[in-house]
Amino acid sequence: MDDATTLPTTAAQSAYGTVAIVLHWSLAVLIVVAFFIGLTMVDLPFSPRRFRLFNWHKWIGIAVLLLSAARLLWRATGHPPPAPTGMPAWQLAAFRATHLVFYGLFFIVPLLGWAYTSAVGVPVVFLGWLPLPDFVARDKALGDEVLKPLHEAASWLLAAIVVVHVGAAFKHHFVDRDGLLVRMWPWWPSRSRA
Amino acid sequence: MTLRVRSLAFLLAPWLVAFAAGAQPAAPTQLVPAQSEITFQVKQSGVPIDGRFRKFEAQLALDPKAPQGGSVTISVDTASATVGFAESDAELPRPSWFDSAKFPRAVFRSSAITGLGGGRFQAAGKLDLKGNPRDLVVPVTIVQIGAQSTASGEFVVRRLDFKIGEKEWADLSLVANDVRVRFKLVFTGLGPL
Repeated sequence: MDDATTLPTTAAQSAYGTVAIVLHWSLAVLIVVAFFIGLTMVDLPFSPRRFRLFNWHKWIGIAVLLLSAARLLWRATGHPPPAPTGMPAWQLAAFRATHLVFYGLFFIVPLLGWAYTSAVGVPVVFLGWLPLPDFVARDKALGDEVLKPLHEAASWLLAAIVVVHVGAAFKHHFVDRDGLLVRMWPWWPSRSRA
Repeated sequence: MTLRVRSLAFLLAPWLVAFAAGAQPAAPTQLVPAQSEITFQVKQSGVPIDGRFRKFEAQLALDPKAPQGGSVTISVDTASATVGFAESDAELPRPSWFDSAKFPRAVFRSSAITGLGGGRFQAAGKLDLKGNPRDLVVPVTIVQIGAQSTASGEFVVRRLDFKIGEKEWADLSLVANDVRVRFKLVFTGLGPL
Protein backbone atom coordinates (compact mmCIF):
# COMPACT_ATOMS: atom_id res chain seq x y z
CA MET A 1 0.00 0.00 0.00
CA ASP A 2 1.11 3.55 -0.70
CA ASP A 3 0.19 4.55 2.82
CA ALA A 4 2.46 1.89 4.22
CA THR A 5 5.47 4.22 4.13
CA THR A 6 3.69 6.87 6.14
CA LEU A 7 2.34 4.52 8.76
CA PRO A 8 4.52 3.40 11.61
CA THR A 9 2.98 0.09 12.66
CA THR A 10 4.42 -3.29 11.69
CA ALA A 11 1.17 -4.60 10.22
CA ALA A 12 0.77 -1.66 7.85
CA GLN A 13 4.42 -1.62 6.87
CA SER A 14 4.32 -5.26 5.97
CA ALA A 15 0.96 -5.17 4.17
CA TYR A 16 0.59 -6.50 0.66
CA GLY A 17 0.03 -3.96 -2.11
CA THR A 18 -3.34 -3.38 -3.76
CA VAL A 19 -2.46 -5.38 -6.88
CA ALA A 20 -1.31 -8.36 -4.81
CA ILE A 21 -4.47 -8.20 -2.69
CA VAL A 22 -6.78 -7.97 -5.71
CA LEU A 23 -4.99 -10.88 -7.42
CA HIS A 24 -5.04 -12.97 -4.25
CA TRP A 25 -8.76 -12.59 -3.65
CA SER A 26 -9.92 -12.83 -7.25
CA LEU A 27 -7.88 -16.02 -7.65
CA ALA A 28 -9.18 -17.33 -4.35
CA VAL A 29 -12.78 -16.86 -5.50
CA LEU A 30 -12.13 -18.28 -8.99
CA ILE A 31 -10.30 -21.34 -7.69
CA VAL A 32 -12.94 -22.17 -5.08
CA VAL A 33 -15.76 -21.67 -7.60
CA ALA A 34 -13.97 -23.76 -10.27
CA PHE A 35 -13.39 -26.51 -7.71
CA PHE A 36 -17.03 -26.75 -6.68
CA ILE A 37 -18.29 -26.46 -10.27
CA GLY A 38 -15.92 -29.31 -11.11
CA LEU A 39 -17.26 -31.45 -8.27
CA THR A 40 -20.87 -30.74 -9.26
CA MET A 41 -20.65 -31.05 -13.04
CA VAL A 42 -19.14 -34.52 -13.22
CA ASP A 43 -22.18 -36.06 -11.51
CA LEU A 44 -24.77 -34.27 -13.65
CA PRO A 45 -26.70 -36.20 -16.29
CA PHE A 46 -26.40 -35.20 -19.97
CA SER A 47 -28.15 -31.82 -19.88
CA PRO A 48 -27.67 -28.17 -20.89
CA ARG A 49 -26.76 -27.48 -17.25
CA ARG A 50 -23.91 -29.98 -17.44
CA PHE A 51 -22.62 -28.40 -20.66
CA ARG A 52 -22.83 -24.89 -19.18
CA LEU A 53 -20.99 -25.88 -16.03
CA PHE A 54 -18.26 -27.58 -18.05
CA ASN A 55 -17.89 -24.40 -20.13
CA TRP A 56 -17.68 -22.21 -17.06
CA HIS A 57 -15.26 -24.57 -15.36
CA LYS A 58 -12.91 -24.41 -18.37
CA TRP A 59 -13.21 -20.64 -18.78
CA ILE A 60 -12.52 -20.06 -15.09
CA GLY A 61 -9.55 -22.41 -15.33
CA ILE A 62 -8.08 -20.35 -18.17
CA ALA A 63 -8.69 -17.18 -16.16
CA VAL A 64 -6.85 -18.76 -13.21
CA LEU A 65 -3.95 -19.55 -15.51
CA LEU A 66 -3.76 -16.00 -16.89
CA LEU A 67 -4.15 -14.31 -13.52
CA SER A 68 -1.59 -16.65 -11.95
CA ALA A 69 0.94 -15.74 -14.63
CA ALA A 70 0.27 -12.06 -13.95
CA ARG A 71 0.53 -12.69 -10.23
CA LEU A 72 3.82 -14.56 -10.52
CA LEU A 73 5.29 -11.73 -12.61
CA TRP A 74 4.03 -9.19 -10.13
CA ARG A 75 5.50 -11.15 -7.25
CA ALA A 76 8.84 -11.58 -9.04
CA THR A 77 9.16 -7.89 -9.82
CA GLY A 78 7.72 -6.58 -6.55
CA HIS A 79 8.60 -7.11 -2.95
CA PRO A 80 6.21 -9.24 -0.96
CA PRO A 81 6.27 -8.23 2.70
CA PRO A 82 8.61 -10.25 4.90
CA ALA A 83 7.36 -12.83 7.38
CA PRO A 84 6.84 -11.46 10.89
CA THR A 85 9.96 -11.56 13.02
CA GLY A 86 10.05 -14.24 15.66
CA MET A 87 8.19 -16.78 13.51
CA PRO A 88 9.47 -20.30 14.26
CA ALA A 89 11.66 -21.87 11.60
CA TRP A 90 9.25 -24.77 10.98
CA GLN A 91 6.45 -22.31 10.25
CA LEU A 92 8.66 -20.43 7.81
CA ALA A 93 9.55 -23.70 6.12
CA ALA A 94 5.88 -24.71 5.96
CA PHE A 95 5.00 -21.27 4.58
CA ARG A 96 7.63 -21.56 1.82
CA ALA A 97 6.64 -25.14 0.97
CA THR A 98 2.90 -24.46 0.77
CA HIS A 99 3.41 -21.34 -1.33
CA LEU A 100 5.79 -23.12 -3.69
CA VAL A 101 3.26 -25.94 -4.17
CA PHE A 102 0.46 -23.34 -4.44
CA TYR A 103 2.13 -21.53 -7.32
CA GLY A 104 3.00 -24.81 -9.00
CA LEU A 105 -0.62 -26.00 -8.78
CA PHE A 106 -2.05 -22.66 -9.97
CA PHE A 107 -0.48 -23.60 -13.29
CA ILE A 108 -0.49 -27.40 -13.18
CA VAL A 109 -4.20 -27.85 -12.39
CA PRO A 110 -5.55 -25.69 -15.24
CA LEU A 111 -2.90 -26.93 -17.68
CA LEU A 112 -3.82 -30.55 -16.92
CA GLY A 113 -7.49 -29.71 -17.43
CA TRP A 114 -6.72 -27.98 -20.71
CA ALA A 115 -4.58 -30.91 -21.86
CA TYR A 116 -7.30 -33.37 -20.84
CA THR A 117 -10.08 -31.63 -22.75
CA SER A 118 -7.82 -31.21 -25.79
CA ALA A 119 -6.89 -34.88 -25.71
CA VAL A 120 -10.50 -36.05 -25.67
CA GLY A 121 -11.32 -33.75 -28.59
CA VAL A 122 -13.20 -30.87 -26.96
CA PRO A 123 -10.79 -27.95 -27.35
CA VAL A 124 -11.16 -24.89 -25.13
CA VAL A 125 -12.86 -21.87 -26.66
CA PHE A 126 -12.39 -19.19 -24.01
CA LEU A 127 -15.73 -17.56 -23.15
CA GLY A 128 -17.15 -19.26 -26.25
CA TRP A 129 -15.24 -16.75 -28.31
CA LEU A 130 -11.47 -17.33 -28.38
CA PRO A 131 -10.33 -20.75 -29.62
CA LEU A 132 -7.23 -21.85 -27.72
CA PRO A 133 -4.70 -24.14 -29.33
CA ASP A 134 -4.35 -27.79 -28.35
CA PHE A 135 -0.93 -28.46 -26.89
CA VAL A 136 -1.52 -32.20 -26.75
CA ALA A 137 -2.69 -34.27 -29.69
CA ARG A 138 -6.08 -35.96 -29.74
CA ASP A 139 -5.74 -39.18 -27.82
CA LYS A 140 -8.88 -40.16 -25.97
CA ALA A 141 -7.18 -42.90 -23.95
CA LEU A 142 -4.43 -40.52 -22.81
CA GLY A 143 -7.10 -37.98 -21.82
CA ASP A 144 -9.46 -40.33 -20.01
CA GLU A 145 -6.94 -42.61 -18.38
CA VAL A 146 -3.99 -40.34 -17.62
CA LEU A 147 -4.75 -36.62 -17.82
CA LYS A 148 -8.20 -36.71 -16.21
CA PRO A 149 -7.07 -38.57 -13.05
CA LEU A 150 -4.02 -36.31 -12.84
CA HIS A 151 -6.19 -33.19 -13.14
CA GLU A 152 -8.46 -34.51 -10.40
CA ALA A 153 -5.61 -35.53 -8.10
CA ALA A 154 -3.88 -32.16 -8.55
CA SER A 155 -7.19 -30.37 -7.81
CA TRP A 156 -7.63 -32.30 -4.57
CA LEU A 157 -4.05 -31.52 -3.56
CA LEU A 158 -4.73 -27.84 -4.26
CA ALA A 159 -7.92 -28.05 -2.18
CA ALA A 160 -5.98 -29.67 0.68
CA ILE A 161 -3.38 -26.90 0.62
CA VAL A 162 -6.12 -24.27 0.55
CA VAL A 163 -7.46 -25.82 3.76
CA VAL A 164 -3.98 -25.70 5.33
CA HIS A 165 -3.52 -22.11 4.13
CA VAL A 166 -6.87 -20.93 5.52
CA GLY A 167 -6.29 -22.87 8.74
CA ALA A 168 -2.88 -21.26 9.20
CA ALA A 169 -4.26 -17.79 8.49
CA PHE A 170 -6.98 -18.28 11.10
CA LYS A 171 -4.46 -19.65 13.60
CA HIS A 172 -2.29 -16.56 13.13
CA HIS A 173 -5.29 -14.28 13.48
CA PHE A 174 -7.22 -15.87 16.33
CA VAL A 175 -4.54 -17.73 18.26
CA ASP A 176 -1.29 -15.86 17.67
CA ARG A 177 -3.06 -12.53 17.10
CA ASP A 178 -0.04 -11.33 15.10
CA GLY A 179 -1.95 -9.35 12.47
CA LEU A 180 -0.78 -11.57 9.61
CA LEU A 181 -4.26 -11.96 8.12
CA VAL A 182 -4.68 -8.18 8.04
CA ARG A 183 -1.82 -7.86 5.55
CA MET A 184 -3.98 -9.54 2.91
CA TRP A 185 -7.43 -8.52 4.14
CA PRO A 186 -8.88 -5.94 1.77
CA TRP A 187 -11.30 -4.12 4.06
CA TRP A 188 -9.92 -4.59 7.52
CA PRO A 189 -10.92 -1.55 9.61
CA SER A 190 -7.80 -1.65 11.76
CA ARG A 191 -5.68 -1.51 8.67
CA SER A 192 -6.58 2.05 7.80
CA ARG A 193 -6.55 2.98 11.46
CA ALA A 194 -3.18 1.41 12.07
CA MET B 1 -29.36 -74.93 -86.46
CA THR B 2 -32.57 -73.35 -85.30
CA LEU B 3 -31.57 -74.14 -81.80
CA ARG B 4 -28.23 -72.45 -82.29
CA VAL B 5 -29.70 -69.28 -83.68
CA ARG B 6 -32.20 -69.11 -80.86
CA SER B 7 -29.57 -69.59 -78.17
CA LEU B 8 -27.37 -66.96 -79.80
CA ALA B 9 -30.26 -64.56 -79.83
CA PHE B 10 -30.96 -65.40 -76.23
CA LEU B 11 -27.38 -64.62 -75.28
CA LEU B 12 -27.29 -61.40 -77.21
CA ALA B 13 -30.71 -60.14 -76.31
CA PRO B 14 -29.78 -58.28 -73.09
CA TRP B 15 -26.91 -56.55 -74.84
CA LEU B 16 -29.09 -55.57 -77.74
CA VAL B 17 -31.68 -54.20 -75.36
CA ALA B 18 -29.00 -52.31 -73.48
CA PHE B 19 -27.61 -50.96 -76.71
CA ALA B 20 -31.04 -49.88 -77.85
CA ALA B 21 -31.63 -48.12 -74.52
CA GLY B 22 -28.56 -45.95 -75.01
CA ALA B 23 -25.59 -48.07 -73.93
CA GLN B 24 -26.19 -47.99 -70.19
CA PRO B 25 -23.27 -49.41 -68.23
CA ALA B 26 -23.59 -53.12 -67.61
CA ALA B 27 -22.92 -52.89 -63.83
CA PRO B 28 -25.30 -50.73 -61.81
CA THR B 29 -23.82 -47.80 -59.86
CA GLN B 30 -23.04 -49.04 -56.37
CA LEU B 31 -21.98 -47.30 -53.19
CA VAL B 32 -18.80 -48.55 -51.51
CA PRO B 33 -19.80 -47.96 -47.86
CA ALA B 34 -16.42 -48.84 -46.36
CA GLN B 35 -14.77 -45.98 -48.24
CA SER B 36 -17.62 -43.51 -47.87
CA GLU B 37 -18.36 -41.14 -45.05
CA ILE B 38 -20.98 -38.65 -43.96
CA THR B 39 -19.78 -36.37 -41.18
CA PHE B 40 -21.20 -33.35 -39.43
CA GLN B 41 -19.87 -30.53 -37.30
CA VAL B 42 -21.79 -28.40 -34.84
CA LYS B 43 -20.49 -25.80 -32.43
CA GLN B 44 -21.16 -26.14 -28.73
CA SER B 45 -20.48 -22.73 -27.15
CA GLY B 46 -17.96 -22.14 -29.91
CA VAL B 47 -16.32 -25.55 -29.57
CA PRO B 48 -16.46 -27.58 -32.80
CA ILE B 49 -17.93 -31.03 -32.17
CA ASP B 50 -17.35 -33.55 -34.96
CA GLY B 51 -19.67 -36.44 -35.58
CA ARG B 52 -20.49 -38.94 -38.25
CA PHE B 53 -23.11 -41.42 -39.36
CA ARG B 54 -21.92 -44.99 -39.38
CA LYS B 55 -24.72 -46.39 -41.53
CA PHE B 56 -26.18 -44.99 -44.72
CA GLU B 57 -27.16 -46.04 -48.21
CA ALA B 58 -27.12 -44.30 -51.55
CA GLN B 59 -28.84 -44.98 -54.85
CA LEU B 60 -27.36 -43.11 -57.75
CA ALA B 61 -28.69 -43.23 -61.28
CA LEU B 62 -26.65 -40.73 -63.22
CA ASP B 63 -25.10 -40.35 -66.60
CA PRO B 64 -22.50 -37.68 -65.85
CA LYS B 65 -22.68 -36.60 -69.47
CA ALA B 66 -26.43 -36.06 -69.24
CA PRO B 67 -27.03 -35.27 -65.54
CA GLN B 68 -30.47 -33.68 -65.93
CA GLY B 69 -32.10 -37.11 -66.23
CA GLY B 70 -30.33 -38.50 -63.17
CA SER B 71 -31.39 -38.92 -59.60
CA VAL B 72 -29.85 -39.64 -56.24
CA THR B 73 -31.31 -40.85 -52.97
CA ILE B 74 -29.30 -40.88 -49.76
CA SER B 75 -30.75 -42.62 -46.77
CA VAL B 76 -29.04 -42.21 -43.41
CA ASP B 77 -29.64 -44.38 -40.35
CA THR B 78 -30.19 -41.71 -37.69
CA ALA B 79 -29.44 -44.10 -34.82
CA SER B 80 -25.93 -44.55 -36.22
CA ALA B 81 -24.89 -40.99 -35.36
CA THR B 82 -21.81 -40.72 -33.19
CA VAL B 83 -19.80 -37.81 -31.83
CA GLY B 84 -17.24 -40.03 -30.12
CA PHE B 85 -18.57 -39.75 -26.56
CA ALA B 86 -20.54 -42.66 -25.17
CA GLU B 87 -22.98 -40.53 -23.19
CA SER B 88 -23.63 -38.13 -26.08
CA ASP B 89 -24.06 -41.01 -28.51
CA ALA B 90 -26.59 -42.59 -26.17
CA GLU B 91 -28.50 -39.31 -26.17
CA LEU B 92 -28.62 -38.65 -29.94
CA PRO B 93 -31.30 -41.26 -30.86
CA ARG B 94 -33.65 -39.93 -28.13
CA PRO B 95 -36.79 -37.91 -28.90
CA SER B 96 -35.16 -34.51 -28.24
CA TRP B 97 -32.57 -35.17 -30.95
CA PHE B 98 -33.06 -37.55 -33.87
CA ASP B 99 -35.97 -39.51 -32.33
CA SER B 100 -34.70 -42.58 -34.12
CA ALA B 101 -37.47 -44.85 -32.86
CA LYS B 102 -40.02 -42.73 -34.72
CA PHE B 103 -37.78 -41.49 -37.54
CA PRO B 104 -35.13 -44.15 -38.17
CA ARG B 105 -34.03 -42.65 -41.46
CA ALA B 106 -33.13 -39.24 -42.78
CA VAL B 107 -33.61 -39.21 -46.53
CA PHE B 108 -32.40 -36.83 -49.20
CA ARG B 109 -34.14 -37.33 -52.54
CA SER B 110 -33.06 -35.27 -55.52
CA SER B 111 -35.60 -33.75 -57.85
CA ALA B 112 -33.14 -32.21 -60.29
CA ILE B 113 -29.43 -32.63 -60.96
CA THR B 114 -27.61 -29.91 -62.86
CA GLY B 115 -24.17 -30.24 -64.39
CA LEU B 116 -21.89 -27.26 -63.80
CA GLY B 117 -18.92 -28.62 -65.75
CA GLY B 118 -15.57 -29.86 -64.59
CA GLY B 119 -17.08 -32.70 -62.58
CA ARG B 120 -19.21 -30.31 -60.56
CA PHE B 121 -22.90 -30.85 -60.11
CA GLN B 122 -25.78 -29.51 -58.12
CA ALA B 123 -28.44 -31.77 -56.68
CA ALA B 124 -31.64 -30.00 -55.69
CA GLY B 125 -34.15 -31.95 -53.70
CA LYS B 126 -35.75 -32.51 -50.33
CA LEU B 127 -34.15 -33.56 -47.10
CA ASP B 128 -36.65 -35.32 -44.88
CA LEU B 129 -35.24 -35.36 -41.38
CA LYS B 130 -37.31 -36.16 -38.29
CA GLY B 131 -40.49 -35.82 -40.31
CA ASN B 132 -39.61 -32.32 -41.51
CA PRO B 133 -39.13 -32.15 -45.28
CA ARG B 134 -37.06 -29.17 -46.38
CA ASP B 135 -35.75 -28.05 -49.75
CA LEU B 136 -32.02 -28.47 -50.04
CA VAL B 137 -29.47 -27.77 -52.76
CA VAL B 138 -26.32 -29.82 -52.47
CA PRO B 139 -23.14 -29.03 -54.42
CA VAL B 140 -21.30 -32.17 -55.50
CA THR B 141 -17.89 -32.68 -57.06
CA ILE B 142 -17.16 -36.01 -58.70
CA VAL B 143 -13.62 -37.23 -59.15
CA GLN B 144 -12.93 -40.47 -60.98
CA ILE B 145 -9.90 -42.65 -60.40
CA GLY B 146 -9.94 -45.98 -62.19
CA ALA B 147 -13.29 -47.67 -61.71
CA GLN B 148 -14.13 -45.53 -58.66
CA SER B 149 -16.01 -42.29 -58.61
CA THR B 150 -15.87 -40.16 -55.48
CA ALA B 151 -18.71 -37.70 -54.98
CA SER B 152 -17.96 -35.17 -52.28
CA GLY B 153 -19.33 -31.91 -51.02
CA GLU B 154 -20.66 -30.05 -48.04
CA PHE B 155 -23.66 -28.02 -47.07
CA VAL B 156 -25.09 -26.36 -44.00
CA VAL B 157 -28.45 -27.14 -42.44
CA ARG B 158 -30.08 -25.43 -39.50
CA ARG B 159 -30.85 -27.98 -36.84
CA LEU B 160 -33.96 -26.20 -35.57
CA ASP B 161 -35.50 -26.40 -39.08
CA PHE B 162 -35.67 -30.12 -38.37
CA LYS B 163 -36.33 -29.90 -34.61
CA ILE B 164 -32.99 -31.54 -33.82
CA GLY B 165 -32.39 -30.59 -30.20
CA GLU B 166 -35.79 -29.74 -28.74
CA LYS B 167 -37.01 -28.12 -25.54
CA GLU B 168 -34.08 -27.24 -23.27
CA TRP B 169 -31.69 -28.11 -26.11
CA ALA B 170 -33.22 -25.54 -28.45
CA ASP B 171 -30.98 -22.90 -26.83
CA LEU B 172 -28.71 -21.76 -29.65
CA SER B 173 -26.21 -20.14 -27.31
CA LEU B 174 -25.31 -23.64 -26.17
CA VAL B 175 -25.60 -25.65 -29.38
CA ALA B 176 -25.41 -23.54 -32.54
CA ASN B 177 -28.11 -23.76 -35.20
CA ASP B 178 -25.76 -24.32 -38.13
CA VAL B 179 -24.66 -27.88 -38.72
CA ARG B 180 -22.07 -28.37 -41.43
CA VAL B 181 -22.52 -31.69 -43.20
CA ARG B 182 -19.69 -33.13 -45.26
CA PHE B 183 -19.92 -36.21 -47.42
CA LYS B 184 -17.60 -38.37 -49.43
CA LEU B 185 -19.42 -41.11 -51.27
CA VAL B 186 -17.44 -43.62 -53.29
CA PHE B 187 -19.27 -45.37 -56.13
CA THR B 188 -18.38 -48.02 -58.60
CA GLY B 189 -20.06 -48.40 -61.97
CA LEU B 190 -20.65 -44.72 -62.70
CA GLY B 191 -20.25 -43.71 -66.35
CA PRO B 192 -17.33 -41.50 -67.39
CA LEU B 193 -17.44 -37.76 -66.72
